Amino acid sequence: MNSLLLKFIFVATSLVNFIVIDIAVAATDTNPQLLLKSYAAQAKKENPSFKEFAALRGEQFYHAERLHSEGDKVSCMTCHTTNPKNIGKTRAHKEIQPMAISLNSERFSDTEKVEKWFKRNCQDVLERACSAQEKGDFIAYLLSVK
Amino acid sequence: MHIPKINTPRINSPRLFKFQILILLITITSTSALLAGNSTDGDAQSKAARSKIDNLTLVANGAWKSECGSCHLAFPPGLLPERSWRKMMRGLDKHFGENASVDEKVAREITQFLVANSADLSGNRRSTKILQSIPPDSTPLRITGINYFIRKHDEISASVLKRPKIGSAANCSACHKGAEQGDFSEHNVSIPR
Repeated sequence: MNSLLLKFIFVATSLVNFIVIDIAVAATDTNPQLLLKSYAAQAKKENPSFKEFAALRGEQFYHAERLHSEGDKVSCMTCHTTNPKNIGKTRAHKEIQPMAISLNSERFSDTEKVEKWFKRNCQDVLERACSAQEKGDFIAYLLSVK
Repeated sequence: MHIPKINTPRINSPRLFKFQILILLITITSTSALLAGNSTDGDAQSKAARSKIDNLTLVANGAWKSECGSCHLAFPPGLLPERSWRKMMRGLDKHFGENASVDEKVAREITQFLVANSADLSGNRRSTKILQSIPPDSTPLRITGINYFIRKHDEISASVLKRPKIGSAANCSACHKGAEQGDFSEHNVSIPR
């Protein structure tokens, strides 16, 4: 009886370990400040006259609407709404948690995820890749929204 | 000198640790075997049991859930035939007008999962009806364009689908409260105003 209980505890703790490790691996390998640093280094390479990121430029970038080649008016606001503190909506009508970092600490905590979404969304809105400066300005803006 | 025989302490014993791992593996494999429902033994019986269940998501996969599920419901693989999933996964860079590309390794994993549990292989009652409603020479990508889907939703008007809380027919979970769990039973439908 006692050993059965022990076995059960072992199995249970192992499972918990697995789950905890899984979660730990899935989340956070970076933060907005670290990302800004690495994008700054990239931006300097792309443009030697680059000085620093500007939240204001990021704000303009976020709100800039353009005509997509397929005819729709698109911008970051299309899915993330006019205010990054709001809950957004994908085109398939699924909720998107706020982009504002003050409201959503998960934002910009996973390098792969950040790069994946910049790649997709820059293509969807701008029909090209974003520059390191655009990425940095965007993060600077989302950090500044309180 | 006489060295007394010491019983290895139970908890720190490496053998017990191995045993623990073994138990863990057995638990995982048996659970996944149960979930996958691939038992050759008593297949007819399990098929009969499964046909009574509406739940389409008896199996799950982390990459499928997180990648597909970030923009829309991670649609249960049993909603489309194998050929549809393969075509879908080949065209993720232009996925219904959006760039939904994933890296090669993730794509391979998701494709494998979708194919292994596709409508052709899931054995689910709903999957069978879906398959029967698709002409053999067509490879649909849009679940909402399948005859079975259209038939099942024919009483839902376009204006209902346009309601802010619904948006479109692709937003399963707006009305199917158990959609995340693969439950599309009519008894679990609640249409938002």
